[in-house]
Amino acid sequence: MKVKTLSKLEKILAAGHLAVTSECGPPRGSDPEVITKKAEMIKDHVDAINITDNQTSVTRMCSLAACIRLKLMGLEPVLQMVTRDRNRIALQSDILGAASYDIHNILCLSGDHQSFGDCAQGQNVHDLDSMQLIQAVRHMRDEGKFLGGGDIERPPNMFVGAAANPFADPFEIRVPRLAKKIAAGVEFIQTQCIYNMDKFELWLKMAGDRGLLEKVYILAGVTPFKTAGMAKYMKNRVPGMEVPDELIKRMADTPKEKQPEEGIKICIEQIQRLKEVEGVHGFHVMAIEWEEMVPEIVEKSGLYPRPSVD
Amino acid sequence: MRLQYPSNIQIILVPCTGKVDVLYILRAFEKGADGVYVVGCMEGDCHFNNGNFRAHKRVEQVQKILDTINIGGERAQMYNLSSSEGPRFAQIAVEMDEKIRKLGPNPIKLAKKKAA
Amino acid sequence: MIVADKKPIEEIIEEIKDDEKILILGCNECVTVCEAGGKKEVGILASALRMYFLNQRKEVKIDEKTLERQCDHEYLEEIRDVMDQYDAVVSLACGVGVQFMAEKYQSTPVYPGVNTCFLGVTEERGLWTERCQACGQCILARTGGICPVSRCAKRVLNGPCGGSTKGKCEIHNEIDCAWQLIVDRLKALDRLDDYENLIPLKDWSSDRAGGPRKVVREDVQQ
Repeated sequence: MKVKTLSKLEKILAAGHLAVTSECGPPRGSDPEVITKKAEMIKDHVDAINITDNQTSVTRMCSLAACIRLKLMGLEPVLQMVTRDRNRIALQSDILGAASYDIHNILCLSGDHQSFGDCAQGQNVHDLDSMQLIQAVRHMRDEGKFLGGGDIERPPNMFVGAAANPFADPFEIRVPRLAKKIAAGVEFIQTQCIYNMDKFELWLKMAGDRGLLEKVYILAGVTPFKTAGMAKYMKNRVPGMEVPDELIKRMADTPKEKQPEEGIKICIEQIQRLKEVEGVHGFHVMAIEWEEMVPEIVEKSGLYPRPSVD
Repeated sequence: MRLQYPSNIQIILVPCTGKVDVLYILRAFEKGADGVYVVGCMEGDCHFNNGNFRAHKRVEQVQKILDTINIGGERAQMYNLSSSEGPRFAQIAVEMDEKIRKLGPNPIKLAKKKAA
Repeated sequence: MIVADKKPIEEIIEEIKDDEKILILGCNECVTVCEAGGKKEVGILASALRMYFLNQRKEVKIDEKTLERQCDHEYLEEIRDVMDQYDAVVSLACGVGVQFMAEKYQSTPVYPGVNTCFLGVTEERGLWTERCQACGQCILARTGGICPVSRCAKRVLNGPCGGSTKGKCEIHNEIDCAWQLIVDRLKALDRLDDYENLIPLKDWSSDRAGGPRKVVREDVQQ
């Protein structure tokens, strides 16, 4: 696939490398050190860093500000943007704000419902949905025009991404949904964390049968279990998550003090398996509140050092 | 059966307790009744299937309203018994009478007296 | 129909506690069907309020009346002759009726006796659920007759989002995922291919966002 933007992530993918991305959650406050410290831990082991956008509707420092901080550190941010909190004016406005700092990656999402977070009584916006946001960014970039029709001075130069969850319901439209996002203009996908390898490979195969894998870069999401309790929690309490029983058993059979180690081992095995699967162009390592393990995961999966591109 | 039960109880016959409306019970209290109890068939035995279930829910609604306006929800009660249970009928009457005596007269009656 | 729910009596009492002549005014249409503001509910509220005031040692006149509707001039005019007898009216009509009353009878306070909730259906007696948010530009033809604006918690027009689990919405396992319903219906209609049609940006100016709305039909205006 041709390179269309100045995004470093796009260049790495276009060059045929397996890309590695990870994510940072901004603080529940205004201390920039939280971001800089997390970024320092992982910066040599990833190609780009996602900054989440008020994840689970819990109010945090905005993704845009944290992305700017990463950019000032010389790193490559991925601006996550949900449509829950902003109307089309604010969405376009924030995109231009990001573009003014030469942030070249955006992940378009709907966002978790506000009832999950700390402002359950608030309004939600959803002027656009994630698919329409993908279209909007492409329109701003490729046509150089606002949604309202006027010309944009110095249009945003952004590599457009979205999320995909091969395990959410209903399964029968998961591939059509991917097709729809590609038709809307998405260029890269980061999936929800994968534990059911067989089902993920089935989804990829079905996508491949429709010729979709040539049109988009898919990064497989992985998250290491810290404890057996975490594995059970993810199986039972997180919507759209599938965790096979063998993994739960494997974690539960491990003595408590060795569980983190076992969780990392499982994660590395998953990456090793997925490296061989057609259609997987990289990995999105989500080590929630465990960012310090990202370097080890990347190294032991044979993905270090990261390639450099010009 | 000629069993004894308190003489201050006024019986109103209905074909089924499902006929008893929330409004009838409230109006009874409005007119000065100290207590109202609804006696229906055993649950599952209602001749009209679920009349007594409806009555039960309506009595609950009345209890809530009476509590909100400080008349006292315990003044309204629902009982279930079979029509052949004469002794139980008398027992319920005594029970209800004692309960209401403990609660005292309907506060509305006093208010009406003072107003008159 | 418009679905409403009774306000707690305590809330109503708070508004009228200093009034001495009160009219409880019901409506014979939607609020009667959802058992919140019809003739029966007027009777129950009036009886409860009479007892409340008696208990408070206050002499309060509480009258009951139910109009056919409170959203048309002709029915609200029926009470013009008696309005000056009252200090306040508690209207059990939906928010529309309460406001129309207030517009008509400028010098008498009107208080709402119900909370107006949504446009919906009677699924069974005692259970009413939302179906429509009156967005002004109906897209039901494209979604198999199921509305993503009113039945999806995030009103995504190209759903489902990633939180749908076993056909239920992420916010509550009793709420159906609207997009699951849409997919099922498209399947039943043998039109699952329509799923991939992208629904473009919605014009929300005909929705609440555009300001108070109106419909004008010149062909029937006098």
